[in-house]
Amino acid sequence: MVLILQLIAQGAQMALVLLLAPLLLGFTRKVKARLLRRQGPPVLQPYRDLLRLIRKEVVLANNASWLFRSGPYLIFAATWVAAALIPTFATGLYFSWTADLIAITALLGSARFFLALVGMDVGTAFGGIGSSREMMFASLAEPGMIMIAFTVALLAGSTQLSEVAEFMVTHVTLRVSLGLALVGLIIVALAENARIPVDNPATHLELTMVHEAMVLEYSGRHLAVLELASALKLLLYISLIACIFFPWGLAPFGSGPASHLIGFVSYLGKLTAGGFLLALFETSIAKMRVFRVPDFLGIALMLGLLGMLLLFVSRSF
Amino acid sequence: MDHTAIDVAHMLAGGMVLVSFMLLYQDRMFGLLNVFALHALVLSLSVAWQAYIQNAPHLFITAFIALVLKAIIIPVALHRRVVRLGIHRTIEIIGGVGPTMLFGMGLVALSMVVMLHATATADPLAREDLAFALSVVLLGLLMMVTRRNAVSQIVGFMSLENGLILAATGAKGMPLVVEISVAFSVLVAFIVIGVFLFRIRERFDTVDVEALEEARGERL
Repeated sequence: MVLILQLIAQGAQMALVLLLAPLLLGFTRKVKARLLRRQGPPVLQPYRDLLRLIRKEVVLANNASWLFRSGPYLIFAATWVAAALIPTFATGLYFSWTADLIAITALLGSARFFLALVGMDVGTAFGGIGSSREMMFASLAEPGMIMIAFTVALLAGSTQLSEVAEFMVTHVTLRVSLGLALVGLIIVALAENARIPVDNPATHLELTMVHEAMVLEYSGRHLAVLELASALKLLLYISLIACIFFPWGLAPFGSGPASHLIGFVSYLGKLTAGGFLLALFETSIAKMRVFRVPDFLGIALMLGLLGMLLLFVSRSF
Repeated sequence: MDHTAIDVAHMLAGGMVLVSFMLLYQDRMFGLLNVFALHALVLSLSVAWQAYIQNAPHLFITAFIALVLKAIIIPVALHRRVVRLGIHRTIEIIGGVGPTMLFGMGLVALSMVVMLHATATADPLAREDLAFALSVVLLGLLMMVTRRNAVSQIVGFMSLENGLILAATGAKGMPLVVEISVAFSVLVAFIVIGVFLFRIRERFDTVDVEALEEARGERL
């Protein structure tokens, strides 16, 4: 019986992230448009886009290999599993004991690997450029992410996100190293989700695009799956930041429905705040040149390293 | 003294180290001056917090001096000077951003190790504040070494001085007279350097200090 309840909670979490991801994207786009004094598309527009894409037929290039066809599903699966591992509204969900923050990073890394492969598969120039740039950014963003994971792990004594969240709730103090890790993680999240200072999510044909360049050859249901995966990734990063640094309201392991409801409402609040802040940040900053991005990501790496260094020297930082 | 007070003090001192790194990274003139103003603002917040937790009202005056002099007057004056000198272009950094940052990290590590070993018996608040202050000083020195533009060297010097103030307030007690005289000596230094800037520019048509080396015959 306990097992069934746990499975239900885990299933609810997985369905929830999948359902909320396009909504978060739509909300962010709406806020951004309103900040620019435009009307903007309705909040539910991403769902409509996905439905429309699923109904359309797939146009494949003549030289597309099996990898090109299976790539989107692999990317989506890896991202969804990673999102299922993050404590969104409750800690200690059934799957969360099987993998930790480093495994989540690895899952996202393998999703990125497949994305870069399929970007190069058809052999168009845009896909190759996008893949090579994505790999260039990843070579700095991933070490940064690992450093941040180590910083958090040194402080909380575990890389298990549920345990980290519980530790943060009970031992909530202001720490220099946590502040450094937060700023670093935000930079990594902006780069990983191809948001504005690194990449522009709103354009399709621009010489500096990265993410859109890799998926340029896709159409129909493949594109729908890829779009959903990237929406899921945005939700994943906001949830990750929320559960490590703002874990208040999370339902503890084995608690009743009331605290799950509180957890759910606070999770919605955190997502709204995250989406709003993202839109605000994106409208107040310009996109940077591609060759400045390694410097920007280097800051994240440096912050993670600095946080870890401080913790090695003295645990009171 | 409860734990939160120490945590906030660490947070502010750590923020100063972070802003020092931003100074190292920033390669535009106006951006540099804005970051420098932020540096002084964090310093004055940090000093004010020390005044509050140490019950030392004279430190509030120090914080006030830092706020008015370094966060407002000097950045505004430098801003005007940069406009008059007509240097809105990018600063060159010797060795690139990455190695400079790594070197800065090494300096922070060095100052942490040295300070935490040297002051093992001091109280925890002063200890870790001193370690941060030493890193700010070293990062200021690093900035003066890596930059070739005279204005950014001034900014490096001023940020170094901010680190000294941080060290002095963390170590419980620098007499107010000393503090005021340091503040005014910085102001005098600023004026003298400002005059020098114009003399350098008049003589060499640039504020790039490499021109000085050529004039001395050190570089052929």
